[in-house]
Amino acid sequence: MTHWLSASETAAHIASGELTAASAVDALLGRIASVDGELGAFLAMDPRAHDAAAEIDRRRAAGEPQGPLAGVPIALKDNLVTRGVATTAASKMLDGWIPPYDATVVDKLRAAGAIIVGKLNCDEFAMGSSTENSAFKRTRNPWDAARVPGGSSGGSAAAVAAGLCAGALGTDTGGSIRQPAAFCGVVGLKPTYGRVSRWGAIAFASSLDQIGPLTRTVEDAALMLEVIAGLDPRDETSIDAPVPRYRDALTGDVAGLRVGIPHEYYEGAIDADVRGALERAKAVLVERGAEVVDITLPHTQHALPAYYIVAPAEASSNLARYDGIRFGHAATDAKSLQDRYMRSRAAFGTEVKRRIMLGTYALRSGYYEAYYKKAQQIRTLIKRDFDKAFQHVDVVLTPTTPTPAFAFGAKATPIEMYQADVFTLACNLAGLPGISVPCGLSGDGLPIGAQLLGKPLDEATILRTAHVIEKVLGIGHPKGLA
Amino acid sequence: MPALTRKEVEEIALLARLHLEPDELARMETELGAILEHFAALAEVPTDGIPPMTHAVPMDLRLRADEPAPSLPVGEALAAAPARQGDVFVVPAIIGGGE
Repeated sequence: MTHWLSASETAAHIASGELTAASAVDALLGRIASVDGELGAFLAMDPRAHDAAAEIDRRRAAGEPQGPLAGVPIALKDNLVTRGVATTAASKMLDGWIPPYDATVVDKLRAAGAIIVGKLNCDEFAMGSSTENSAFKRTRNPWDAARVPGGSSGGSAAAVAAGLCAGALGTDTGGSIRQPAAFCGVVGLKPTYGRVSRWGAIAFASSLDQIGPLTRTVEDAALMLEVIAGLDPRDETSIDAPVPRYRDALTGDVAGLRVGIPHEYYEGAIDADVRGALERAKAVLVERGAEVVDITLPHTQHALPAYYIVAPAEASSNLARYDGIRFGHAATDAKSLQDRYMRSRAAFGTEVKRRIMLGTYALRSGYYEAYYKKAQQIRTLIKRDFDKAFQHVDVVLTPTTPTPAFAFGAKATPIEMYQADVFTLACNLAGLPGISVPCGLSGDGLPIGAQLLGKPLDEATILRTAHVIEKVLGIGHPKGLA
Repeated sequence: MPALTRKEVEEIALLARLHLEPDELARMETELGAILEHFAALAEVPTDGIPPMTHAVPMDLRLRADEPAPSLPVGEALAAAPARQGDVFVVPAIIGGGE
């Protein structure tokens, strides 16, 4: 039963010799083989996993120094490039592509001793909120197979929740780590923009994208962030600031912590169970000495339209690289260069095409001021809202999502689907760190997530707060999964 | 912000170098129109004098030392090319090729 061990526990068991890395990885590969046919979290396995684990065991036997994740099985969202292992971003555009390099986060995980077991399903190019936009397969929610795991990092959240890896990495452009974490009952952390290098993350919207961990415990999120954070000469936007030992922040003490409650996030159509769970999360903090402060984030309602202009605009530019010439799907029988471009790019799925179209429209000559520039000005207003609020509070507490996980096919129009991200988008627009931590179950037995937003580079405080909520309101593993 | 016309959708698809089938064009016309209508409220937000944000975190351009460093071998960089001849990518003729 090593598959329910947290990443930290797995590392400790391997370090002490109670468990070998090879047996931990082999047990997990066996579990994936028996469970994932139904769950659908993985797109590819890394055939080198067993050998890498055996090498960790050899090093331990030889008394060589080991990293903090030595022997811990980790899986990666399939928009993080892995040298020698197919990387598709769940798109037919990249079907069969074998990258010639590793993402910086992959280098860092390997250097810390982590064993990469495989690549996880997601919405195509990370565009979506349910993983239904994957070109390859459907990923089910481990708590209820009739429901989506959320998205876009749905495979990451499902795999962690189902005990198919000790931890995973995802990417978060508008909620793509936090929303699936909430739907699958795991912890999902989006670091401050620039905290983690984006080198090797397949670009969606470069001013918003950030890589972060999905884990079963807050401690594991802290541990994984310690490993992947830091300056990278290959990412201009990575921040040159020391990486603290985030696990030291998990003191269990929130006395005197000022918790902001923005009324804008508690108005409108929120599921009653979500509302109740958030009340309990708030009460847990208050009982331990935190102070609740009512705050206002007045531009909240504009975050969704601003996001759905900025993100598609940047996507339309980033995805111009898929031209059918250097890599990826190609219509090689095209008679002209233009035809080669146009027909090669027909391999994109519907949502990706929709966003490229939307972004191209917004950036078109004569429309830039009305759309992209306007949206960027609104970003400034949203950031100023948070700056003002953080003069009075240390963290902001909101629901991660308005409802628990929804059923497959439940969101009939693009706008309905976009609204699944309504509480997570502003965090990306403002570049803040945010975490989703499970805080209860709905009447139907579905996980509910509490979102904590922090000041730039203050991941320590949201981790500390989430840790307290987790200790009191933790929900355990999905029923029905041994 | 008016709804989109079919002609506009076709123009945008060309700008984006996306081949769309007739049913996709029809779908885009409806869906993009609905999305833009939904976003029309943005125009009402007063933003005079508000600087547009380009990056959430203020950052300076960093320059690295101008020293040679290893790069990907040509063979590896070209390994995923759909069509290749020696060390170059093969593309349809762009001069005299009908464009």
